[in-house]
Amino acid sequence: MKYSIFSLARAALSGHKNWQRTWRDAAPKDRYDVVIIGGGGHGLATAWFLASEFGMKNVAVLEKGWIGSGNAGRNTTIIRSNYGLPGNTGFYELSMKLWERMEQDLNYNAMVSQRGVLNLYHSDAQRDAYARRGNTMRINGIDAELLDQPALKKMLPFLNFDHARFPVQGGLLQRRGGTARHDAVAWGYAHAASELGVDIIQNCEVTGFVRDANGKVTGVETSRGRIGAGKVGMAVAGSSSRVADMAGLRLPIESHVLQAFVSEAIKPLIPGVMTFGAGHFYVSQSDKGGLVFGGDIDGYNSYAQRGNLPVMEDVCEGGMAIIPMIGRVRLLRQWGGIMDMSMDGSPIIDKTPVDGLYLNAGWCYGGFKATPGSGLVFAHLIARDESHKEAARFRLDRFRTGAVIDEKGQGAQPNLH
Amino acid sequence: MRIICPFCGERELGEFTYLGDAKPVRPAADAGEDAVYDYVYLRDNIAGVMDENWYHGGGCRAWLKVTRNTLTHEISGVEAAAGAGARQVAK
Repeated sequence: MKYSIFSLARAALSGHKNWQRTWRDAAPKDRYDVVIIGGGGHGLATAWFLASEFGMKNVAVLEKGWIGSGNAGRNTTIIRSNYGLPGNTGFYELSMKLWERMEQDLNYNAMVSQRGVLNLYHSDAQRDAYARRGNTMRINGIDAELLDQPALKKMLPFLNFDHARFPVQGGLLQRRGGTARHDAVAWGYAHAASELGVDIIQNCEVTGFVRDANGKVTGVETSRGRIGAGKVGMAVAGSSSRVADMAGLRLPIESHVLQAFVSEAIKPLIPGVMTFGAGHFYVSQSDKGGLVFGGDIDGYNSYAQRGNLPVMEDVCEGGMAIIPMIGRVRLLRQWGGIMDMSMDGSPIIDKTPVDGLYLNAGWCYGGFKATPGSGLVFAHLIARDESHKEAARFRLDRFRTGAVIDEKGQGAQPNLH
Repeated sequence: MRIICPFCGERELGEFTYLGDAKPVRPAADAGEDAVYDYVYLRDNIAGVMDENWYHGGGCRAWLKVTRNTLTHEISGVEAAAGAGARQVAK
């Protein structure tokens, strides 16, 4: 169905009893041209781009649970494109531009809100580093503004400007950054993909790969039977190593838990997204009023989707350092998601050494903002068997060749990225 | 999650720092590129019980080998692992 102001009015006048389903819950067919493993944002976006951009409509998305039940539903909903290294800068801006037209493309309200992303700086050295990053962004056609303290005081008077250890000196602002409604992103791609004939198959766990005599992947074994496939794409985030293992692959990835938090609802307080530059704390305010925030990953391998208290304390201390008044706000909920932490902190979108198997992984804790871009470049790779130009550096073999993309310069220690 | 340090007793997680999987062993100097690539970058990333190296920086400053289930965070064993942080070189 097509959503519009008229469909909304019609539904309202009939007591909201006649809404059609947003997307079609399909049963598996015997064979598809492309099977995407993982019904999160990336998998659904990939299926939609395959159908809409590359004319491949015989596509299935297989999801172990329900769509959007992994990290698509466990993030802090931030979108931005303020990256500094070749490879990342262009890719995330591609994704940002797709966010800006997503709702029109999908005919679905994903509540994309370009309310700005502000990274605070707390020292002269950090100001210089942010100026450099802002310049990198502007050279690449991305908006960035370096704000000094007087400008910030007008904008956010409640910040702890005179903190004894980490005074707020200013910030780097990307006005086009912001937030989006995370569930609606998954639902929107499901809606649009389903309209184009993509089968979205839930409660369908992949348990193995079907290979021919040459080792080429020709299908998947699932909890709902064998499904043949011309090509298989993996977009399973924190489960990447487990699924790759079924095809005999070891990946440069560790799975770690990242916690996120939401407070009780309060009146409008924080206009955009803000990050603490001297620790790790980022916060925005949801349209329902809750402060949505997070910080570092816990730092140890985990598949448990829950974290521990020391990181919770650390995150809240970061928040208190820049916005002391939020100490009076009560925490409402807290959750954890499993991040596919790569060895250089950047993603992998590439063919694998196994013929017919394509990999989309290593998003660390930055996967949400990448959703539309990831879908486009992964669909490009699967449909054309060559990398999209904005994803050409996200190669699986870059760890062997040394062409790593390490924004933080931390080396091959995933829990430090 | 609490870790029972063999030297200090049961301590809270914040005292410990994680290094990672205890299985990778630094290859000998003449082992070749493949072995180094494997050691530096590839991980089993086990979903289940794994041995891992932790450092008790907030306590006795000893390296420990902790046996932990990554699906549940249950710790089934902790033992001293002197020198683990330096990563032993294969003989």
